[in-house]
Amino acid sequence: MSQATQKQFYANLKKYYTFYTGGFITFVIIVGILEQMGVPNKILGYMFLFATILLYAGIGFMSKTAEVSEYYVAGRRVPALFNGMATGADWMSAASFIGMAGTLYLSGFDGLAFVMGWTGGYCLVALLIAPYLRKFGQFTIPDFLGTRYESNIPRLIGVLGAIICSFTYVIAQIYGVGIITSRFTGLEFGVGVFVGLAGILVCSFLGGMKAVTWTQVAQYIILIVAYMIPVVWLAAKNTGVPVPQIVAYTHGLPAVTALEKQFNDKTTPKGAAEESVRAIFRERAAAADAQLKGLEAGGAAFLAAEKQKLEAKVAELKAAAAPDVKAVEAAEKAVKDFPADPAKAKAAWTAAKNGANAKAAPVAAHAEPFSGSPEVSAKKKKNFLALVLCLMVGTASLPHILMRYYTTPSVKEARQSVFWSLFFIFLLYFTAPALGILAKREVYETVVGSSFAALPAWVSNWAAVDKTLMSIMDINKDGIVQLAEITLGGDLIVLATPEIAGLPYVISGLVAAGGLAAALSTADGLLLTIANALSHDVYYKMIDPNAPTVRRLAVSKGLLLVVAVLAAYVTSLKPGDILFLVGAAFSLAASGFFPALVCGVFWKRANTLGAILGMSFGLGVCMYYMYMTYPFFKVNAPLWWDIAPISSGLFGIPAGFIGVIIGSLISAPPSKEIQDFVDHVRYPNLEGDIDTSGH
Amino acid sequence: MQLTEKHKEYWQKNLRITGILLAMWFIVTFVEIWFARELNSINFIGPLGFYMSAQGSLIVYVLIIWFYARHMNKLDQEYGVHEGEDD
Repeated sequence: MSQATQKQFYANLKKYYTFYTGGFITFVIIVGILEQMGVPNKILGYMFLFATILLYAGIGFMSKTAEVSEYYVAGRRVPALFNGMATGADWMSAASFIGMAGTLYLSGFDGLAFVMGWTGGYCLVALLIAPYLRKFGQFTIPDFLGTRYESNIPRLIGVLGAIICSFTYVIAQIYGVGIITSRFTGLEFGVGVFVGLAGILVCSFLGGMKAVTWTQVAQYIILIVAYMIPVVWLAAKNTGVPVPQIVAYTHGLPAVTALEKQFNDKTTPKGAAEESVRAIFRERAAAADAQLKGLEAGGAAFLAAEKQKLEAKVAELKAAAAPDVKAVEAAEKAVKDFPADPAKAKAAWTAAKNGANAKAAPVAAHAEPFSGSPEVSAKKKKNFLALVLCLMVGTASLPHILMRYYTTPSVKEARQSVFWSLFFIFLLYFTAPALGILAKREVYETVVGSSFAALPAWVSNWAAVDKTLMSIMDINKDGIVQLAEITLGGDLIVLATPEIAGLPYVISGLVAAGGLAAALSTADGLLLTIANALSHDVYYKMIDPNAPTVRRLAVSKGLLLVVAVLAAYVTSLKPGDILFLVGAAFSLAASGFFPALVCGVFWKRANTLGAILGMSFGLGVCMYYMYMTYPFFKVNAPLWWDIAPISSGLFGIPAGFIGVIIGSLISAPPSKEIQDFVDHVRYPNLEGDIDTSGH
Repeated sequence: MQLTEKHKEYWQKNLRITGILLAMWFIVTFVEIWFARELNSINFIGPLGFYMSAQGSLIVYVLIIWFYARHMNKLDQEYGVHEGEDD
């Protein structure tokens, strides 16, 4: 494509997306006016849900294509700025949008591992990978491995790795879609999943990477606007300065720290009130502990005796002259919920004991890194470092992200595009810690100390909607809220910010639309990665290299459909720990891909055997450690060096590098063609250069 | 395909700047985390250790990538390995 048309294209894009942003803001204002006119919230929620999904489907429809390079790499004409926005949307998932600020609220400094890991990884992408992949210029990550290492075995391991990590990750996204649609429209979780899925499919089905790219740009704009408005408003309301990223540190954190000290100091009125609640929790922990000890000694007999006691209590309450209905109901519920067998009883009582112990402990200081005794602190520090490393290296290895750098027009733009990517991601990630602090200040200052008779409106609203997000109980019966009486779910922070800031419901709808955009855009990119790895690398490159274009695209679209339905099906089974799934994807990608990718560019001597050994060692060690230590698999082997299973990449990455080095050194160096190939990817332009781009 | 001395020099320069920037990345990430407790006793827009992990290091990451793109695009021109005509 000539320079002039590309410039024209860029100018048009800027025009279109400016109009689009204006149109979207107008839409929000109209919905806001409808709200003032008295349209019910549920209708407003539907309007946001269907308007945005229709919009994405419309963009997908306009970008439909039957050309291979448009389908796989958006025609390689996405300007750096727009590729940056698309990468931002591709990158920021439901977890980043809805969960991040809450994680930071709950774990303070120790939650920052995610903030650092999910941004700093882009330094590795920029310095070690993106420009070289762009120069290579084909379609997928396994493509690079297959060509550089002259064999279909690394390609195949690459396909397997790409599928494993993208699939675990996509389940988390579809789950997020289901949660958001069901919360804001009242649709059932399963229905929500399929409505969202329809939006994803129309888009990627018709236009592949081209449609996904232009939709992701649109989704980025919605998600960043939706994230910023409530936080800026909250900062302005509390401090008069609409820059949350500064006032959180100058105003918010000192206030939070001062209150933490009061809560932990029994001589102050607030500290004394907290202490009275903690004493009750200490008693509960002791009671649970006594039950556990009794269970260990008495087994099933003890369990039966305990149940009898509860039943006797029900009978006694009922027999009273004037039975207290509420007390009877509570006692009957206790009998009904009583654990059925010793194993369940042990799990339930251990959870009760740990929960009560956590509530009885002093408040952890928000800004203090690795709090606890010296041993606990050292363990936390080690795990923090390991997690940051795995998330960063994983970022530089996840195929759905690296694939995006094939779509820029040149190496130069690929480098600039990594900058724009991180810049757009940074806008959200440096706001999340600020939001965590501002929300904490609001809870510590306004909610704690208010009377149960007059709770802030947002607290009682959310406590009525969802107990897992907000539960508040007068434990010590003094009529006043203490911190230890509040239980918050992390997702609450982002979802409730508009109400905390006193904004109308339309902004809550906007936040839901933003969360939906974050989940859909990531799911789009991931599904496309899986379908492309199968259709391009397995079908076209390995099974039928003479397949005509029409059939290649048909196979890809068919696979997309199959994978999407399969992912939705697995999601509807509601598999456990979503956060672990996401973390596992990073460790797996880091261990499997990073060593082979980096050595492929920076070490000419790396060869076929090295790649095969490196990738299989890396993946093997990582999966072995997860299997042995993650409780889900029920092996529960002792940890190596106290490292949590989510960071198993800490062992997988070195294993991968050792594999590449040993394998390469014990076999012959790669051919002259491959050495030339390495030079080809190292220089953006060489005279008499070979051509590796597919078309 | 024969590489000239100039080409080799370009690659050496690329490796050097990559190494320097990676070292900076390492310091603001892992060295900073290692000393986070100690850094917190310094007050810079809040406790320094917390501030760096929440915001400061992120700003450095953005700058590292910005600088690398600018620097390399200039180096491409200087060594005649840039692509197409300039815009």
